[in-house]
Amino acid sequence: MTTRIVELRQGILKKNDELARGLRERYAIGGVLVLNLVSSPGTGKTAILERTLKDLWVRGWRVAALVGDLETDNDARRLAASGAPVRQINTHGICHLDAEMIDRHLAGWEEVELGGLDYLFIENVGNLVCPSSYDLGEGIRVVLLSVTEGEDKPLKYPALFNSADAAVITKMDIAEPCGFDRELALKNINEIRPGIRIFETSAKTGAGMEEWLGYLEEERSKKKHGGN
Amino acid sequence: MHELSIVASVVETVTESLAALPDAPKGARVLEVRLRIGTLTNVVLESLEFCWGIATEGTALEGSKLVVKTVPVVMHCPRCDADVELEGVLSFRCPKCDEPCSDLRQGRELEIESFEIDDEAAMEIVGIEKAGDAE
Repeated sequence: MTTRIVELRQGILKKNDELARGLRERYAIGGVLVLNLVSSPGTGKTAILERTLKDLWVRGWRVAALVGDLETDNDARRLAASGAPVRQINTHGICHLDAEMIDRHLAGWEEVELGGLDYLFIENVGNLVCPSSYDLGEGIRVVLLSVTEGEDKPLKYPALFNSADAAVITKMDIAEPCGFDRELALKNINEIRPGIRIFETSAKTGAGMEEWLGYLEEERSKKKHGGN
Repeated sequence: MHELSIVASVVETVTESLAALPDAPKGARVLEVRLRIGTLTNVVLESLEFCWGIATEGTALEGSKLVVKTVPVVMHCPRCDADVELEGVLSFRCPKCDEPCSDLRQGRELEIESFEIDDEAAMEIVGIEKAGDAE
């Protein structure tokens, strides 16, 4: 039998990566900071995003959000109450967003021009496994963890926590009744992603929002001035 | 969870590459596909194997073997000023000096390294087709 080996050395998700690269260029040209929010279902991504959109809007920033769910447009309707343009992506069973979905939903979005935005938030499908492999061209990947989830989540899902640029702990207002061990949670996040910025927030009381918004403004000005 | 889409993407890429080979005879069959998968990718190797048979059915890859090389996580340790291999993924510290490491150098690979084709079988198939044409 004559056989032959064909060298390929090609990324399996090459198509996604190429599309993501294209998106990243478009975001840069438009001058928009794009954030990809990832967490397990029920962490409170929508609640913190609702508050973030509203607060940034009040500060005069132009914001928009793309929100991913398997089904329903409940989250988009909730977020739209902030006044910001919001578009729902229904994945119909797919457990993560990919660059093609983002590209397609940006293309048909009449109210939004990337050049007319300061921030675009992408709320990923609630899942701590699959979104880690799919680049959406985002500038910042934010992982969220709620006080009800257990402090060892970062150790259970290291791939995702290690790929994040910032971590947001949510529902801090109920940390005490939940018996949340703050020190342990911070230690575990740092063990998986040393040096990551961590924000302890409550969308309900507004705790930690000032610091979180400050970070967003800081990162935006860094991007704008050619930093990374 | 996304192993089936990863496998589907591998099958698609290999099929396209095979078709694009300038000297690959029509009907060439793939015998083996070699992947490099980083330990920080959440890919479950058993699930890849499980999906492989389904995804390759009816393609030039049907019956082929999937060989996966696991790539360990390598971080750059700022204190040692060296690339160090981690033993697991539960602590991102230098195994030599315990310094926390944030600079990942390796471990997220999701790559098709190579594939092997049976040239001879392909030639036979081309031969049969030619014979059929002559009739």
